[in-house]
Amino acid sequence: MNIVARDVADLTGSDPWRGFVEGVWRREVDVRDFIQKNVLPFEGDAGFLVPATARTETLWAKLKDLLAEERKAGGVLDVDVSKVSSIVAHGPGYIDRELEQIVGLQTDRPLKRAIMPFGGWRMVENGLEAYGFPPAPGLRETFPAIRKTHNDGVFDVYTPDALKCRKSGVITGLPDAYGRGRIIGDYRRVALYGVARLIEDKKAQAASLELDALDDAVLRLREEIGEQIKALEELAAMAKSYGCDVSRPAANAREAVQWTHFAYLAAVKEANGAAMSLGRVSSFLDVWIERDLDEGTLDEATAQELIDHFVMKLRIVRFLRTPDYDQLFSGDPTWVTESIGGMGIDGRTLVTRTSFRFLHTLRTLGPAPEPNLTVLWSEFLPKGFKDYCAEISIDTSSIQYENDDLMRPWWGDDYGIACCVSAMRIGKQMQFFGARANLAKTLLYAINGGRDEKSGEQIGPTFAPVAGEVLDYEDVKAKLVPMMDWLAKVYVGALNAIHYSHDKYMYERIEMALHDRDVLRTMACGIAGLSVAADALSAIKHAKVRAIRDERGLVVDYAIEGAWPAFGNNDDRVDDIAVWLVETFMAAIRKQKTYRGAVPTQSVLTITSNVVYGKKTGNTPDGRKAGEPFAPGANPMHGRDVKGPLASMASVAKLPYQHAQDGISYTFTIVPSALGSAAHDRIANLTGLLDGYFFQGGHHINVNVFDRETLLDAMDHPEKYPQLTIRVSGYAVNFVKLTREQQLDVISRTFHGLH
Amino acid sequence: MASTDLPTAGWSTSARRPSGLRAVRPAIRGWVHSVETGGAVDGPGIRYVLFLAGCLLRCRYCHNPDSWHMHHGRPITSKEVLDDIAGYAKFLIHAKGGVTLSGGEPLVQPDFTHAILRGSKEMGLHTALDTAGHLGLHADDHLLADVDLVLLDIKAFTETSHHDLTGVALAPTLAFAERLAVMKKPVWLRYVLVPGLTDRLDEIAALADYAAKLGNIERVDVLPFHKLGEFKWAAEGLAYTLADTPPPSPDLTERVRGLFRTRGLVAD
Repeated sequence: MNIVARDVADLTGSDPWRGFVEGVWRREVDVRDFIQKNVLPFEGDAGFLVPATARTETLWAKLKDLLAEERKAGGVLDVDVSKVSSIVAHGPGYIDRELEQIVGLQTDRPLKRAIMPFGGWRMVENGLEAYGFPPAPGLRETFPAIRKTHNDGVFDVYTPDALKCRKSGVITGLPDAYGRGRIIGDYRRVALYGVARLIEDKKAQAASLELDALDDAVLRLREEIGEQIKALEELAAMAKSYGCDVSRPAANAREAVQWTHFAYLAAVKEANGAAMSLGRVSSFLDVWIERDLDEGTLDEATAQELIDHFVMKLRIVRFLRTPDYDQLFSGDPTWVTESIGGMGIDGRTLVTRTSFRFLHTLRTLGPAPEPNLTVLWSEFLPKGFKDYCAEISIDTSSIQYENDDLMRPWWGDDYGIACCVSAMRIGKQMQFFGARANLAKTLLYAINGGRDEKSGEQIGPTFAPVAGEVLDYEDVKAKLVPMMDWLAKVYVGALNAIHYSHDKYMYERIEMALHDRDVLRTMACGIAGLSVAADALSAIKHAKVRAIRDERGLVVDYAIEGAWPAFGNNDDRVDDIAVWLVETFMAAIRKQKTYRGAVPTQSVLTITSNVVYGKKTGNTPDGRKAGEPFAPGANPMHGRDVKGPLASMASVAKLPYQHAQDGISYTFTIVPSALGSAAHDRIANLTGLLDGYFFQGGHHINVNVFDRETLLDAMDHPEKYPQLTIRVSGYAVNFVKLTREQQLDVISRTFHGLH
Repeated sequence: MASTDLPTAGWSTSARRPSGLRAVRPAIRGWVHSVETGGAVDGPGIRYVLFLAGCLLRCRYCHNPDSWHMHHGRPITSKEVLDDIAGYAKFLIHAKGGVTLSGGEPLVQPDFTHAILRGSKEMGLHTALDTAGHLGLHADDHLLADVDLVLLDIKAFTETSHHDLTGVALAPTLAFAERLAVMKKPVWLRYVLVPGLTDRLDEIAALADYAAKLGNIERVDVLPFHKLGEFKWAAEGLAYTLADTPPPSPDLTERVRGLFRTRGLVAD
């Protein structure tokens, strides 16, 4: 029966799986089964938590100094220009070898960035130049000459339409020069099974593909599995350089955390994806911690220390980016998203003491944008946990919340969030990240017959533009639908090109090695400018909007007479339009053929690119002026949601998750006093807001609790606020790392405050 | 076609409608200044706060002088208000909140106020009435039966200071407070602390003694004066007499809360 367990015991002298409840997980790679059989749900409150150890404080102080140096150096402290990064390219590195309980850095020094050129060589050169580093000697001459990159591949296959849309900005942020990210390896597998067992499993998968008919799909998968096996071997070699043998399972809690970190570290040494999310490790690790606590080999202070030291490592994951990239995703984010809490499908909570310990790092180490701590909220979460989340949110504004009751029926109870809002079953599902299409600009194309409202160039198909002075709602709508169909076609075509090329030239070997053989792929499209487009159509329908044309005959501005309902006030007259836009664009995407049979989805999410999208979009019929930022994600436009937070939330909650399965992001900012005068009132009221919003069907919410004055002061005195963290559209950033333009945008957004 | 053939025929009478009285209750017209969905400081939990227009008091620190007259609001029927509230009912229940009627002074429009309270209770919502109590006699026992919590503003505790601050007498407010005490109606007492105006500690101590004796005061909110409404005075063409008054120091606010606490009241 326990052949595997005995083998493992022989390797280590003591059984790494001692005391664990048996299950399918012993015979097959099935982490969820292990969690379900062994997790200890925790229904209590935060009373058991302890402060940081002296060792943690000293180590964090050292790291804080380095982070300050990095800021002073203009954002990038150091780059290793001598070699191309890989799992084994760099020797071991330490912050302080004596103090670190969890080891492993991307390069041989903390905050030293590595060169990852497989996405595109120019990205590396521009990144080095922007931050004042010498172009990599030797590499510059050889690499581009001998190695085709993802970026080269995409531009070989892009169609002229895709290039035009990319240039005009109706599609923006495409991952055609950088790593697509948003793939979550099941890093827990390394701790539970050890790399040797995982390699055996992969070899069995390769053997299962010795088929009669070896067609493209089978050969591609066989080649990929070959790469995955090599990556696993490299992972073991890299861990060995730190003196750890990850070929076997972790034998205790420290090793479980360490093995999980090595697995994740291998991924961020190899791939510089836009979002490199961690998955859902906290309650998995709790099983190991509980066992050590039971065996008397660990105490609470040391348990917290393990998590603190792990989190410190996650906070210093770095990639070399370019200033262009930072405009889209500002604040140097890496989206090390860790999903915490949630419920099991059997009705037990998946909250454990280690769920608390992860949140507690915002106290022991202070607030920080990374890892992107994401609470999977359910009405049925234990009260003690809800209260602790609210307390930490109010203090640090560093947590985002997503609706587990909404997602669990779709994704089960072992999914994680990639990036901001994208749910995927861990180790069983991945996505092809697709940035987003600009819906507001698409509306302008419909009005102008496919001509760009700024350049006048014919970008879309030459349809009839609107005639006459006053815009007619039915007429505009009838012109918008075919324009959306056209855009969806070009957009999905571009994404197919990108992911075809990415798989070929920048395959995520170690991340995919920590997946099953057959994974569900989604084609994750997205839309920006939803509230602008909905408000514009509402104005056209309910008020009188006159088109103002320039000498080229282009409609470039609008004059609005009369009142019209704006999205964000729980008014069906406009909210129905927003729902219609989401459904209609999703329907257009579903008509397209996708690369590798991916299931099409979309998100309503902008990250900080709402500023860039706004810049690229002319005047809109809702009265928004050219260049003004859009609202982030699914948010109502700044200052137009006038009926208070419930009305604003109600409008957003109407957007149908079944037609935006890659997530619907909403950023909510409230001044502390508006939540109540006493601390316990604020906690109760914030948990109440979350319960109410999610019960209504809301998918995601960022919670920021601070005063406008704090932000204004931080703009002028950034040195006083090195750790001030705010949440924007699916991620958290250091406020002081945003560009001034983005800081102003954040400040101009609706603050829910005193009446 | 005979009217009885219509599927809805007869539904306007209570005899045919299972839910009873709701269908036949007439919609009452009222004047509403504004709505704040998601208030968290006007009663327990997350509240739908309806600000009614019209108030007889002229408090010198008022932060909503643009709600003194009925015509500051817009006319609306109780049915329209209740339809809007219905859209938030589940949210409010899950957020352990409810509906708060504020103003202005809701008791300027008692019939309208009552219609909304009754309709809210029929939706299973917690109700709170935010009032200065001066018009307590407008609230009959039927109305109060539909109120779960009274947020009672006592602006000052001597006739002179109350009159000086608000322009009206204190006695009706105290009579209302005592009536609520007899009914054992839960009350949150609210006191706005204004330096130089309502910061006499002996007067506050007397109020605290009085409040403690009532026996139905669940908590006391000592609200530090703020000037967020100052711009509205200018907009109304009114002279604002507290332009130079600072907010109270945190120390003073804490000390005043202490006066209530030492008498066994909850004030935080």
